[in-house]
Amino acid sequence: MPAEPWRRALGMQRAAFVLLFLATSVVALAAVAVIGFVIVRGCGALSWAFLTTMPSNGMRSGGIFPAIIGTLELVGLTVVFALPMGVAAAIYLTEYAADNWLTRLVRLAIVNLSGVPSVVYGLFGLGLFVAFCRFGTSLLSGSLTLAIMILPVIITASEEALRSVPKSFRDVSLSLGASRWQTIRHSVLPFAIPGIMTGTILGISRAAGETAPLLFTVAAFYLPRLPHSIFDQAMALPYHLYVISTQIPHIPSVQRYGTALVLLLLVLSLNLLAVVLRTRLRRRRQW
Amino acid sequence: MGWQRGRERLIEGAIWACGISSIAIVALIFIFLLREGFALFRVVSVGAFLGGRHWYPISEPPQFGVLPLILGSCWVTAGAAILSVPLGIASALFIAEIAKGWVKEALKTGIELLAAIPSVVLGFIGITVLSPFIQQTFHLPTGLTALTGSITLAFMAMPTIVSITEDALSAVPRGYREAALALGATRWQMMHRVLLRAAGSGIVAAVMLGIGRVIGETMAVMMVTGNAAVIPRSLLHPVRTMTATIAAEMGETVRGSEHYFALFAIGIVLFVISFVINVVADLFLHRERT
Repeated sequence: MPAEPWRRALGMQRAAFVLLFLATSVVALAAVAVIGFVIVRGCGALSWAFLTTMPSNGMRSGGIFPAIIGTLELVGLTVVFALPMGVAAAIYLTEYAADNWLTRLVRLAIVNLSGVPSVVYGLFGLGLFVAFCRFGTSLLSGSLTLAIMILPVIITASEEALRSVPKSFRDVSLSLGASRWQTIRHSVLPFAIPGIMTGTILGISRAAGETAPLLFTVAAFYLPRLPHSIFDQAMALPYHLYVISTQIPHIPSVQRYGTALVLLLLVLSLNLLAVVLRTRLRRRRQW
Repeated sequence: MGWQRGRERLIEGAIWACGISSIAIVALIFIFLLREGFALFRVVSVGAFLGGRHWYPISEPPQFGVLPLILGSCWVTAGAAILSVPLGIASALFIAEIAKGWVKEALKTGIELLAAIPSVVLGFIGITVLSPFIQQTFHLPTGLTALTGSITLAFMAMPTIVSITEDALSAVPRGYREAALALGATRWQMMHRVLLRAAGSGIVAAVMLGIGRVIGETMAVMMVTGNAAVIPRSLLHPVRTMTATIAAEMGETVRGSEHYFALFAIGIVLFVISFVINVVADLFLHRERT
């Protein structure tokens, strides 16, 4: 082989690899930069009082207690609605569904649900839960809307977890005379739980950070008390951050960064939990 | 035994119902958008809605021309795509083919972190950091421009593009790589002439899904693009997207008013766009596998 073109190709390769490395650094470092920046600017605001007191003075001072509680309640209710439905749908797809047009239609619907813009979920929640079902702007409407939004995340993760349980588990159970449901209940589902939990936590983290679906379904601009029931309005962390960073002038910036930090910490620790679960699951799997 | 069989029937029925519920939900979303959105077309024709150049929903008489909003979404999305597509594909190549060991894990974690950051936090950083920077760099009256939105959204599209492209690259059979290298290609030649082409349809799907994410993004874009509902002339002007219009104006409408219907009609447009993008992207993904 002639040496000259080969050397040029190698030089080209070196240049290309350097460019690829730079591009990747931009993407990966952006996350680190954003998170680091919020931590540095926001940690000054963090205090026990900030986390546990009501906002005061038109949200210009005081804490973010009702927003934190509101988000926790919303997310809790969301899981109550989404988890059983998502897992059941995944069981249907892995254990029951035949390869026919109906199953293909279900898959197409799931793909679509995962792509619907979050604000369209908000419109849907407004049309169905707030107006048609007359739940009003409430925790109930908001969490049902969020539940529908994270349903595809839970279905996809649960399906993957169920599929990773070996077929032999089912064969043994069925051959011992167990019914189909008994097999699923005792020989398949228990082994899929860690995978389902990972997916659910990722879904929760998405629900905790979303704002757009809450705008018309639950969010109270300023509600210096806790919601009394699921039919009550509530504040939520992401919406609170949106409000204080765009709607209200002359807020001390430490108040904003503090709110951003609490939201970021909540979402990132959920993601971390999911990653830890996933790695432990991979290490422990024996089949 | 009979009692148990009945109970199982019941459980299996419930599972079946949950299984096909996604179809019902998609149908319900579409029905509710149509139910509320179609009322607008009793007052405004579809042509005047989609082609109208003026969005003045609260003036007298109101004008519901959605063209400035569609173009606003297009400008922001195009800007975000120009930034995120090359960077995203390059990152996926680097992570899948070059990086090893802890570097690879660190980069993957960084990109997962980026995907996890809530859009309202990115929007917040867009307002506090990026927007003043853009304003000073280009000597603009305001830093809240289409460009600010494009940059913010590019970082939201990248995780999607990177992870799907990476999947597509690792699905390319080993034999392709080995054949190219055996013929004397450098690793870079193998990557850009063989791998990128072999993974082509997966990469197209990745780009489409990334773009779908950008078009549907709401909070960040509402916070950083300045929200001027005029037909945009350049990336350095404020624009207003379809998503931001719905989010910003729904709170101020009266339920059942024309304005309220018009916002649902924009929702129909968004739903149809995301539907098309996701179905086509899914076709590309499945073409990859067979």
